[in-house]
Amino acid sequence: MGVRGGGATKEEAFEQAAVALTAVVTDPRDIALLEEIDVECEAPDDELLLAEWLNALIYQMATRRMLFARFEVRIDGPRLSGKAWGEPVDVGRHSPAVEVKGATYTQLKVARDETGAWLAQLVVDV
Amino acid sequence: MEISRFARHSETEWLIEPSGRMRVPAVIYATEELVRDMDQKVFEQTTNVATLPGIVKASYAMPDAHWGYGFPIGGVAAFDPAEGGVVSAGGVGFDVSCGVRTMLTGLTAEDAEPAKTLLADALFRHVPVGVGSRGKIKLNDAEMDEMLTGGASWAVGRGYGTPQDLERIEERGRMQGARPEAVSARARDRQREEMGTLGSGNHYLEVQRVAAIYDDQIASLYGIRLNDLVISVHCGSRGLGHQIGTEFLKKMVMSAPGYGIEMPDRELACAPIDSPIGQEYLGAMRAAINCALANRQIITHLIRKAFAEILPVAELKLLYDVSHNTCKVEEHDVGGVSRRLFVHRKGATRAFGPGHPDLPEVFKNTGQPVLIGGTMGTASYILAGTSEGEERSFSSSCHGAGRAMSRHQALKQWKGREMVDYLAGRGIIIRSPSMRGVAEEAPGAYKDVGAVVDAADEAGLSRKVARLEPMVCVKG
Repeated sequence: MGVRGGGATKEEAFEQAAVALTAVVTDPRDIALLEEIDVECEAPDDELLLAEWLNALIYQMATRRMLFARFEVRIDGPRLSGKAWGEPVDVGRHSPAVEVKGATYTQLKVARDETGAWLAQLVVDV
Repeated sequence: MEISRFARHSETEWLIEPSGRMRVPAVIYATEELVRDMDQKVFEQTTNVATLPGIVKASYAMPDAHWGYGFPIGGVAAFDPAEGGVVSAGGVGFDVSCGVRTMLTGLTAEDAEPAKTLLADALFRHVPVGVGSRGKIKLNDAEMDEMLTGGASWAVGRGYGTPQDLERIEERGRMQGARPEAVSARARDRQREEMGTLGSGNHYLEVQRVAAIYDDQIASLYGIRLNDLVISVHCGSRGLGHQIGTEFLKKMVMSAPGYGIEMPDRELACAPIDSPIGQEYLGAMRAAINCALANRQIITHLIRKAFAEILPVAELKLLYDVSHNTCKVEEHDVGGVSRRLFVHRKGATRAFGPGHPDLPEVFKNTGQPVLIGGTMGTASYILAGTSEGEERSFSSSCHGAGRAMSRHQALKQWKGREMVDYLAGRGIIIRSPSMRGVAEEAPGAYKDVGAVVDAADEAGLSRKVARLEPMVCVKG
């Protein structure tokens, strides 16, 4: 399943890609922003960094049994510091469709279009 | 997929001669209709795999092949370490050792029919399913190491099942060569609460009726009769396997240039079998195979508990347990010479034929059971490995129906509640924590599994033995 985020900055595109990741599982609008977590990762290029960012979130979703709907990303060279806000999975309310196993490098792209807008996308395995 | 670039060798064998950087041909086994329905990416991915170092004979695609990550899903490729052969995390897949286990019950479908709803409820209560579910067994680090080394054998030692179960599992329930120390802390964290959980997506637990027998002799030796009640489970190595797949994909991408490996696609990331990263991956991947085998063994125990409550007269015995996302070391005959090869099967089932030395005595004359999962509204199949399969595809066959439609498209087309009601009208009881999940898994979102197994049978990859139709389906 493909996830794609767009934005005026690379950071915003990464944040929106994370919202799309959540949308694979449930409707992000149904998630209450009750808890905040920090995520750190790094990679040698933007595309691998996108995969690392989403994989770090997949790890947090799996081990904390949480869903996240709001994200904040700061990128400094190869390093990303992020925050995610969300709540524990509530099966009745979220009706979570599927677990995400991992972010793949299929259709992996982080780039700017001709208008200067950023795009961040890849396919996740579910 | 455009078929003009293939040389058609038979009704079900399509060959692409090597060109460019391909070292060997690519071969697709499927009927013309299935080939035409395949995504063009299957062509690209199957030929890309043919460019990898040390590949032997050909890059194969099974009748259910579809667009995967790097390797196609339904892809088979063998590599020789003596010729610089590689191992690829993308060639195994994220859900290491995902597979199917089928159990016999000693009952007929009629025996279970009156208790079907109670049975569905009991199975749904006993087996944790879906996003966020937790298993009851929590492992500390030492226990995790034992599980990663011991597989289903470890689970039986803890009281989940009997030693007789182990005879009916590939590798006799325990994959040799696992290296727990190669399994990261993150992979362990993801597994800590997931032992004995089914997962979600296309994973399921079904109570099924034997609706047709195609080969009386093999069915009889497998212990299957028309109208028997059987149970099948489809799941894998859970969070631990997913994390191992994720981590080694990255490691292999980063290390490939150092090994002089050029990849047409980053997802084809691989490492020489004899390299430190190749060996580390093999050790971790084998540990993940043990995790999947232990997981299916614990789920078997939970299913037995559910049956003990509702249908205590049932005696659940394994038919077999197969894995369809693996890389295994096997001896294969290549041009009359026996060679030790690393066979990747990604969404492909091992299908050893009669007489294969690795099979338990009970399957020596039949070939191994090849268990093919279908959808909750159609059917699953039991096939048997053939002698021809060795020459055709390193003894490999298909693994399932394969999606015909994306989850997104399926969600637009069907509503979960309506699907549950529709299937109930057909006598199939669905239990799932997620109605959206049910809609995404609608039978119509999949290819015709019947056409896939017919093609596998016609191509000689495996022989059709029985058709199983769902009565109860527990979905994640």
